[in-house]
Amino acid sequence: MIEFRDVHKFYDKLHVIRGIDLSIARGEVVVICGPSGSGKSTLIRLVNQLEPLSRGDILVDGQSVASSRGRALRRLRSQIGFVFQQFNLYPHLTVEQNITLALRKVLGVVPEDATVRAVELLDRVGLADKRFAYPAQLSGGQQQRVAIARTLAMRPKILLFDEPTSALDPEMIGEVLAVMRELATSGITMVVVTHEMGFARELADRIVFIDQGVILENDKPVDFFLSPQHPRARQFLRQLLSPLHTAND
Amino acid sequence: MGLDFTVVLRNLDYLLWGRLTDGELGGLLLTVVMAVSAGILSLALGIALAMVAWRCQASRKLLFLWAELIRGIPLIFVIFWLYFLVPALFGGGIPNALSVILALAWFSSAAIMHSVLAGLQSLPRSQYEAGIASGLAEHQVLCWILLPQALRNLIPSFVGLFASLIKDTSLAFIVNVPELTTVASQVNNRTQLFPTEIFLSIAAMYFVLCGVLSLAARAVCGPSSR
Repeated sequence: MIEFRDVHKFYDKLHVIRGIDLSIARGEVVVICGPSGSGKSTLIRLVNQLEPLSRGDILVDGQSVASSRGRALRRLRSQIGFVFQQFNLYPHLTVEQNITLALRKVLGVVPEDATVRAVELLDRVGLADKRFAYPAQLSGGQQQRVAIARTLAMRPKILLFDEPTSALDPEMIGEVLAVMRELATSGITMVVVTHEMGFARELADRIVFIDQGVILENDKPVDFFLSPQHPRARQFLRQLLSPLHTAND
Repeated sequence: MGLDFTVVLRNLDYLLWGRLTDGELGGLLLTVVMAVSAGILSLALGIALAMVAWRCQASRKLLFLWAELIRGIPLIFVIFWLYFLVPALFGGGIPNALSVILALAWFSSAAIMHSVLAGLQSLPRSQYEAGIASGLAEHQVLCWILLPQALRNLIPSFVGLFASLIKDTSLAFIVNVPELTTVASQVNNRTQLFPTEIFLSIAAMYFVLCGVLSLAARAVCGPSSR
């Protein structure tokens, strides 16, 4: 479904992604984790060309991302859902309009049908009553659920999540993870950049550990958590599990 | 020395709408018509140019140069040029008021372009990213996501520009368009004795006009506390 082939990304001279090869099968849920600055967000932003590739290629359903331009690129993007850390809802539009905008303008769905789909999806994420609210009137968790509904409205083949719970207060993380759990079990292909190791352990088919732009671990959750091979992965897990006791490592 | 405002009251209809009964628009009404037309024209032109500048780096330098050119010359020159140029190009059939409207619109569009472009650039990049990530084309992101937000943020700046526009219509005086300042000076020439009263009243009219505009803008923007 997604195939990274010797992917590199430079920001000027800074080499943030250094030759990544990775295959993700249809219906797979892959969690990407790693220390901050490791390039994990950049990696998924390359998939829908929010960042242009510097070298290599990514194949999405056989289509080369590197050589997609214009209409082909827009089509590709409309099939890849992207959920942002900061939700990125459109503040001047209501919740319903946030969901229907791309439906109408990209897919050409007529307004009545777009509204029906928006209502369905709001129901699915538990926010049917917020249809006419504006983003600023919602909590962070609610905004992220609307953002997920907005993404799902396009019926994407792939969902990319860029640290979807990192900007949330702790008590709101659960409601977003619940929606993501439902998605993970629905059979859609998901790539999730997250520090939520609970989610990773329970729902991921595979965990990819990245540090300094290189894949160091690519395992089933059981293997990753119980017997990580690489010392950097072991240190990362120690820090996540007991952040107070790793200062001297 | 007491002030005697009866001269203003006696000529009030002429100051407010000129020779409207003879089919010739004038006075305060013409000032408003000129300001509104120039405002609409410059808004349309300014926004269009800002969109071009935003989408195409190459055009930006050229547009900035053009805006710089307009900024660097006094408005009164532009009015003079159009006053002589427009009839020369299109024959004599264009009313003076129209050539002043075009001059004002042209002049203001540069300022509007700069404001709108700044407004677009000040929006977080994440809004643009959310748009293109959903498959929208760049011009759709601009029309449906960025411009509506930028324009809303720019209302106060537009109010300021429009107030300047209202006051700048008085420059039409030099090409003898019968707007408020011109008719006031006509009344003054006719009566000779009451310049203070007349021009104080005119100043008050401009002030009230701009004040009403500010209040209206606040009423429109106020409730949306978002």
